[in-house]
Amino acid sequence: MRRTLLESLTHGPLTEAPPAPDEAALAELAKNVQKAAQARLGRSLSIRAVDAGSCNACELEIHALSNAFYDLERFGLRFVASPRHADVLTVTGPVTKNMREALLRAYNAMPDPKWVVAIGGCAADGGIFKGSYACLGGASDVVPVDLHIAGCPPSPTALLKGLLALLQHVEGRTG
Amino acid sequence: MKAIDLLAAGELTLLGLWGERDAVHMALFGEAGDVAVVTLECGSGEFPSVSVFHPPALRLERSIRDLFGLEAAGAGDTRPWLDHGVWGAHAPLGNNTGAGEKAPYPFLPAEGEALHQVAVGPIHAGIIEPGHFRFSAGGEHVVRVEQRFGFTHKGIEKLMQGASLDGAATLAARSCGDSTVAYSFAFARAVELALGTEVPPRARYLRALMAELERVANHIGDIGGICNDASFALMLAQTGILRERCLRAADVCFGHRLMMGAVVPGGVARDIAPAGVEQVRALLAEIRKVFPRLIELYDNTASLQDRTVTTGIVKAEYARRFGAGGYVGRAAGRSFDARRNLPYAPYDQLSFKVPVLDAGDVNARVWIRIREVEQSLALIDQILDRLPRGAIRTELKAPDQSREGMALVEAFRGDVLVWLRLDAENRIARCHLRDASWFQWPLLEAAIEKNIIADFPLCNRSFNCSYSGTDL
Repeated sequence: MRRTLLESLTHGPLTEAPPAPDEAALAELAKNVQKAAQARLGRSLSIRAVDAGSCNACELEIHALSNAFYDLERFGLRFVASPRHADVLTVTGPVTKNMREALLRAYNAMPDPKWVVAIGGCAADGGIFKGSYACLGGASDVVPVDLHIAGCPPSPTALLKGLLALLQHVEGRTG
Repeated sequence: MKAIDLLAAGELTLLGLWGERDAVHMALFGEAGDVAVVTLECGSGEFPSVSVFHPPALRLERSIRDLFGLEAAGAGDTRPWLDHGVWGAHAPLGNNTGAGEKAPYPFLPAEGEALHQVAVGPIHAGIIEPGHFRFSAGGEHVVRVEQRFGFTHKGIEKLMQGASLDGAATLAARSCGDSTVAYSFAFARAVELALGTEVPPRARYLRALMAELERVANHIGDIGGICNDASFALMLAQTGILRERCLRAADVCFGHRLMMGAVVPGGVARDIAPAGVEQVRALLAEIRKVFPRLIELYDNTASLQDRTVTTGIVKAEYARRFGAGGYVGRAAGRSFDARRNLPYAPYDQLSFKVPVLDAGDVNARVWIRIREVEQSLALIDQILDRLPRGAIRTELKAPDQSREGMALVEAFRGDVLVWLRLDAENRIARCHLRDASWFQWPLLEAAIEKNIIADFPLCNRSFNCSYSGTDL
């Protein structure tokens, strides 16, 4: 263990420079997020991730955000267990009918102000599951969505770009 | 009925049980290494219950009832499984009988003095898939846990009906995101077997390369995840780096970090990038440098071993009876690996060992994964050394008549079964995908008994069964 720890100290960090916030995301946010909600939270957002019927690929890439290369927490963004502690709800999957109520309850449990980020093609509009007897047409059928991050699944870099845009917007720099 | 007797006697293993509008199919595996599919027409809307004699069939029967409206006559448990009463339809793949209704779901009782219930999910504390666990506990000790799933049911098999091969392949690749290569591989092989298509040699090797990269990435990531659930975060930090390197190598080679959609019926969608082979060799060198140290760390950390050794024991008898595949079965004495027991190209030409242990605890499952990473690295070496030149994809011809095909592929968590029937124009008439988790999830219920609730996340993580792969 000592060797592994020592090497971690002597090696240069693996963490990469942050990507620029996604321009399209900033434009979408400028439309959706109220100014009143900005600058209230400082440079920190707590995120509650809810899988509403995803194939689990989006979850794998969300997990990757916490590895040494992306190190999400350096931006003040962190995942929390309870929706009551969360400022941001991320939704993955097409929102199955069987998950509708759970998703809604998680959203309703969050304090204001709050934001919803739809992650991946499924959460945007149902994606390839659109029209199924078992699915709704994406997150916006159940909760108001502020930001979409595209991809199947979105890469960690794409996720970072979107979340950084949200952070910047909440800080009020661009608003 | 003979088949059910043989299942109950343990002479056959249940590989799958699935429905159609007016028929039920059962796939069986014999000790001699042979596979058979038994089909029973059930115009009356009934078929004889398998689960009454052979419990591993239970959830499959409940799903057939929910999706097709076919009743398993004599079954003891007739509660719905996938259908939560909110689809606005009952038996959507059968004779759709109008809206179902939402009804309370009675959990199995646990009786005793001072027992209490803990309800967990469908949304969990961590970033994982949704599912519900109902614990009955006496103090900290679990007396019974019952799973209730179906939350991620997307209706994939219905969406596949009538779909083109491309459309269905896209759905198959998104049935279970962590095993996307294995699902695409199994789907492609089932199509090719139905059509009698020969896949070019280079494509066969590239498929195996992807399958092994997927296995290595998942095993390494999960070893860290298991340790993290035992509060040993250092391991997750280290394996997270290795997993990321795997995904980046996959991205360079095949243009997608999870290699989604890279395996297609007829071959592979794209050849390995020119820089790919070097990238994979560099990845192997890095893993071989770092991974042994992490194994040593795992083996020499007493506080970690204290959590994993003798925790969540799967009995060998259960693993055998349920036909549990993957590390869940192999850590409990069941020596089955589709790559060896039902060999398919190119594994019939590659040499590898199938590690097996008997302890059946969390520790044994970790060790099986460690040994499998080592085997996969050796397999990737062989694949790169022998990678044939030539075409990567064959044209698929329409068969003029209806054809059936079935294939098993070893995903990282166990064997994935795909059975399908194509119509004369190469559209999907019916396709069934069966994840290894169907026969692993029930064993988790048994493995957690007498453990403490606090060890459940650890046990669950060491199984890492799929929700989406079974809910579909």
